[in-house]
Amino acid sequence: MEKQVILDSKQFDLTLTRLCHELIEQHSDFSSAVLIGLQPRGIHVVSRLRDKLERLLGNAPVCGTLDITFYRDDFRRREKPIIPNVTNINFSIEGKSVIMVDDVLFTGRTIRSGMDALLAFGRPKNVQLLVLVDRRFSRDLPIQADYIGKSVDTLLQEKVKVSWLEVDGEDKIELFMMDQYE
Amino acid sequence: MNSLSVPHLIGIRDLTTSDINTIFTTADSFKDVINRPIKKVPSLRDITIANIFFENSTRTRISFELAAKRLSADVLNFTASSSSVKKGETLIDTVNNILAMKVDMVVMRHASPGAAAFLAKNISARVINAGDGTHEHPTQALLDAYSIREKFGDVADKKVAIVGDILHSRVALSNIYCLQKLGAEVMVCAPKTLIPKNLSDLNVHYTDNLKEALSWCDVANMLRIQLERQEIPYFPSLREYTMQFGLTQAILDELPKQITIMHPGPINRGVEISSEVADGQNSIILNQVENGVAIRMAVIYLLASQIER
Repeated sequence: MEKQVILDSKQFDLTLTRLCHELIEQHSDFSSAVLIGLQPRGIHVVSRLRDKLERLLGNAPVCGTLDITFYRDDFRRREKPIIPNVTNINFSIEGKSVIMVDDVLFTGRTIRSGMDALLAFGRPKNVQLLVLVDRRFSRDLPIQADYIGKSVDTLLQEKVKVSWLEVDGEDKIELFMMDQYE
Repeated sequence: MNSLSVPHLIGIRDLTTSDINTIFTTADSFKDVINRPIKKVPSLRDITIANIFFENSTRTRISFELAAKRLSADVLNFTASSSSVKKGETLIDTVNNILAMKVDMVVMRHASPGAAAFLAKNISARVINAGDGTHEHPTQALLDAYSIREKFGDVADKKVAIVGDILHSRVALSNIYCLQKLGAEVMVCAPKTLIPKNLSDLNVHYTDNLKEALSWCDVANMLRIQLERQEIPYFPSLREYTMQFGLTQAILDELPKQITIMHPGPINRGVEISSEVADGQNSIILNQVENGVAIRMAVIYLLASQIER
């Protein structure tokens, strides 16, 4: 199977814009909602959404980044210890609506860890999940997203890669067979 | 780069510079964790750690215990004074009995140099040396260097004076190894009787003049006189030691620059350091204690990640 482009840069932008409108529909001016991106790739989604929301609303929503390394359930099942990324939540999430953001939803294990990690910072009013790509029918845990950029049906051996203009040189989402993935 | 090159932490001497930097980077994240409203992460839920202390300790034992608990490990504490060691049990027997209860990691302090290395060779659990006699105290050196890094941004090219009982101090030896691996320069300052014979092998500067050491350094690490390890008198009296080597505000005020003051504890106020200096604005003594928990979390986390199930 060749690698397959799921979203090109134009569709990519349209999808992000639609997600912003869906967020505004639910949270209007973001006075009691915050966006939290999961390290390492969810932070790119957040920074794009933040820029777009700022243009649409006139002011940017409160955003943070969350690292879930110490909350993972595969500690010691990997070859090397996982060295953590930066967590930056310098605001209270107490009583807020928290929208957790990641690039790809696959088994749901990262999101489970993310919820554990998030609750260490306080008790939010509610937690929602936004993902750019939802790999359907591949969940290990009962977790679903509230906002979905694109749903795809994939095989276990496949890999979804989200590329970003700022780090990878181009906005696109591709589907690979595992052995073609670098 | 992401894992340690050693299965146990016996001494700084065995670590590479990259190991030390990995520990520091990991400790940065844990320092963030211990300043959250909920200071605990679930990483080591399935790990049991025994703190075995054959020598007295408050800070180190509590710090290790807290570090383990913040990582969600189970901890059991064992102090020799209330144990079967008093009934004549050997070290290996004591530890093997504890390991029979399925313990994954042992944190040990012992009065004999080499005790931790001996243990690591003879048991299946991971060993962290929390001080073996006059030999090494690796986590103290790591937290000292980490505190210097936090204060100055980097350890390389810093000048550190270690003042006090160098001969009996495991903190001094571990600190010398650690600071040198990170590119700092070290000077020791003590009465000649409290300097080890083989000092020249360590490639450190030496002076017996406190003011000379203080004018040279960026950081002064003041050590306690370890009277419990001194079987013969090494200087005429504590009062005389204090006159020559005790750090007071008056001495600091005479220096042309500000220097940072460290102390591994326990402090003998009025002997090696005056209360005014210990509690003064240049002292980072309590930062060292806070960093101790983060460093020990990092060491435990990185060693535990090597355990296979």
